[in-house]
Amino acid sequence: MSTDHHRTPSWDDWDYPEGEWMLSGECPVRTNRTLMLEMAARVLFPTVLVFSVYLLIVGHYAPGGGFSGGLVAGLAFVLRYIAGGDAEGAAIGSRIRLRPPLLVGIGLLLAVLAAFAPVAFGNPVLSSAMLSVDVPVLGHVDLVSSLILDVGVYLLIIGVVLDLLRSLGSAIERDEREARR
Amino acid sequence: MLALVLAHLVLAAALPLVARRSTRAAFGVAAVLPAVTLVWGLVNLPAVLGGGLSETVAWAPSLHLELAFRLDALGLVMIVLVGGLGALILAYSAWYFGRDSRDAPRSAALLLAFAGAMLGLVLADDLLTLYVFWELTSIASFLLVGQGGLHRANRRAAVQALLVTVFGGLSMLLGLVFLGESAGTYRISEIVADPPSGGVVTAALILILLGALTKSAQFPFHPWLPAAMAAPTPVSAYLHAASMVKAGIVLVARLSPGFADRAGWWIPIVVLGLVTMLIGGWRAQQETDLKRLLAFGTVSQLGFLMVLFGAGGRIGEIAALTMLLAHGLFKAPLFMVVGIVDKITGTRDVTKLSGLGRAQPALVVVSVLAAASMAGVPLLLGFLGKEAAFEAFLHTGGVRGWLVGLGLLVGSVLTVGYSVRFLWGAFATKPGARPVDAQRPAAGLTIPTWIAAVAGLALGTVPPAADALAQRYAAAYPATDPVESGYHLAIWHGLSLPLAFSAIALAGGFLLHAQRERVQAVHAALHSPLSAQRGYEKVVAGLERLAVLVTGRVQAGSLPVYLVVLLLTVLAVPGTALLVGGQWPAGQALIGSPMQIPLAVVVVVAALALLRAHRRFTAVLLVGAVGYAIGGLFVVDGAPDLALAQFLVETLSLVAFVFVLRRLPAHFDNPDAPRPRRSVQVRKGIVAVAAGVFVAVAAVVLSGARQEPPSVSRDLVALAPETGADNVIAAILVDFRALDTVGEITVLLIAATGTASLALATRFDRKQPEGKRSGSGTPDHEEEVRG
Repeated sequence: MSTDHHRTPSWDDWDYPEGEWMLSGECPVRTNRTLMLEMAARVLFPTVLVFSVYLLIVGHYAPGGGFSGGLVAGLAFVLRYIAGGDAEGAAIGSRIRLRPPLLVGIGLLLAVLAAFAPVAFGNPVLSSAMLSVDVPVLGHVDLVSSLILDVGVYLLIIGVVLDLLRSLGSAIERDEREARR
Repeated sequence: MLALVLAHLVLAAALPLVARRSTRAAFGVAAVLPAVTLVWGLVNLPAVLGGGLSETVAWAPSLHLELAFRLDALGLVMIVLVGGLGALILAYSAWYFGRDSRDAPRSAALLLAFAGAMLGLVLADDLLTLYVFWELTSIASFLLVGQGGLHRANRRAAVQALLVTVFGGLSMLLGLVFLGESAGTYRISEIVADPPSGGVVTAALILILLGALTKSAQFPFHPWLPAAMAAPTPVSAYLHAASMVKAGIVLVARLSPGFADRAGWWIPIVVLGLVTMLIGGWRAQQETDLKRLLAFGTVSQLGFLMVLFGAGGRIGEIAALTMLLAHGLFKAPLFMVVGIVDKITGTRDVTKLSGLGRAQPALVVVSVLAAASMAGVPLLLGFLGKEAAFEAFLHTGGVRGWLVGLGLLVGSVLTVGYSVRFLWGAFATKPGARPVDAQRPAAGLTIPTWIAAVAGLALGTVPPAADALAQRYAAAYPATDPVESGYHLAIWHGLSLPLAFSAIALAGGFLLHAQRERVQAVHAALHSPLSAQRGYEKVVAGLERLAVLVTGRVQAGSLPVYLVVLLLTVLAVPGTALLVGGQWPAGQALIGSPMQIPLAVVVVVAALALLRAHRRFTAVLLVGAVGYAIGGLFVVDGAPDLALAQFLVETLSLVAFVFVLRRLPAHFDNPDAPRPRRSVQVRKGIVAVAAGVFVAVAAVVLSGARQEPPSVSRDLVALAPETGADNVIAAILVDFRALDTVGEITVLLIAATGTASLALATRFDRKQPEGKRSGSGTPDHEEEVRG
């Protein structure tokens, strides 16, 4: 990005786009770009992520849960990848600053820890505890320890999808590029 | 006891931190715990003589799994070997390994970890506890023999030791489970007190023996032990002379009181033990490497111990326990002497060593002390044990007693022969060989050697010390006559047949050495193509060839073949079960709700269109359509959770398919290739139709098959709020069936890792056509695989 973001506001460039997240980053020089899809993906991306967290939390009361939530979040990345092509694909990893295998590992670790944590309190493996709180606005809320297990599943699924993008997506694309060379 | 074992393992984990400062300090710190163990054992001597000390820790009571430990006479003798000799050898190692040896930090930690595992093994009173520590010692041995993995000899020896002992260990595990299940308890003391019987028990005993024989390097599994001499000498002294190879002996010793009267137990032990004793003793006569000479000596002595422990009888067991102690106390110092000789002269080859005795008289004295105990010279512990052994078999008499007694005599002649050969080889001045130059050995090397050797002398001159323990152990065997009940270890039993045997053994051994040229000639003449080592190599090579054959057959590299194999397996196994046990559910409605009809039409039409698809992309889309329609069916039937998951997974797999499609030809049929033969197509069609019909029928039959009444589902729904979940599906996933969930996400992790490795690794292979092979990852490639 070559433009300077800390300009003093002036009447000449008041309509210059401020939101960096709306920009396409480095402009890939390609002929078959789909600008509409790229743009839609950018706008949808945060919304879908929020929706995935909603699914994760709501899983205890309604359809959803860690598996579905993780898949939705993963599909948000898939959407960006498809829209942005390999430039986006390569950036997926760096932008979230997490390597997919690490994410997968953290997910499993969290799940296993959640499974064994009750042992420390003298309860059987994988038993769960519940904390009921009355929050002023939301009303009655049950916090269940098994939510941690669900978060583990959520992270692991995102990691698996990202790994899929990395191995089947960008790796194959790079292969093709090299084959063409 | 558990605390002591765990302390070893914890300190071993922390040892690399000390080793970073000073490797010598690391060995010094490591030596403390085994020494503490020895002191602890000796403090508990009165309790041991009174009957033993037990400790049980339940760690999974709902599975009846517990860690049971027991300190008895056998355990105490082994503690002297594991703790006492362990401390000496670790102190010796501090001077044996160089100050900045790269092997030292690893070896210090591994030796201490091994000491902990071995301690657990000898104290274990529970079959499964014993097994866990048994395998831990095998792994420690693998790592210690393999060292840094830099040398081929180390790697081969380590793999051989691991393959042989773990093969035995796994058979043993099966045997232990059989034995534990048929006895109704896994507590060793309880099994021995009330031994079960029956065909299963005999099979169990043979399987357990397989473990004991491999671990203790008995014929025909013995070659791994001489090969393991590739390890540094302190490792050989500790693992492959004093302690680990005794694990099989300990197991036999633990179980013998209950089973020694059974032919299925004592015959294989005694026969193989004798054969091992003779083969080991014979092979030791012609080894020129001092360390391998001692290794074959160890093989021979282990055979001797097997015979003694397996044969049963009161005097025999007194002899067995005495010999067990004696062997550790003479073999460890002998190995330490070899280490010193190797260090000060730079060789341990008999043909190159000459005139060392004149230069190092003190070393000669300590070696003679240890070797004399091995040969069974009076006033040493080895003599007491050997006397008792001869007495045991000559006293029982009969064909068995005399055969075994004479076998032991021949074995003892060979033992004396290689003891003399060892001393001659290390220290004698040989005609024609240039005397070696030798520096003075460090005191840190000689002092531990002296302590171990003098302990053998001290215990040999004061027989009551060893006698008390041996009597306690042999008390498990009732005395059959006054001679047996009155037998005690003593230097002088009067002029008796065993004394004559001892004299013959000594004289025969010296004669054997005097006639060594003739012995060598006989050896050369007897050289047969049948060798246990070659047998091992044949078996391993055969396994590899079989693996290549199977892989070649199974991995044909053709997707249709894989698919057919998978489908035929599905048809053969669950298909048969369906035909035999499946029942068509009664009252199966054709249509549940009207909304099912349009969705079903979509599924059927998409499936039929799929058959006519020529382009892969079309096919993938049609498969997706089928999946989404099925998701719709879930919605109609009131399963929103399932439908949500189905839609998401369907979408993701569609994307994955599209990714992969980029690498595949656009069309199914290659226009250039000849059309497949009609018969092939028909066969494929039959398999496909059969598999499809099976899946459809199975879906209906399985959905109707219930083991529990439908009310159980209602109970689940009723219980769900207790877990804090209003959604019963969530309650099932994260609470009732949470273990399944954890298992499933683990599978996902493995699948993702596998996919990434395959996609990225093959990519690398193609990139490097010039001779680089798979697995030789560059740093870049490693980086990429990690992400």
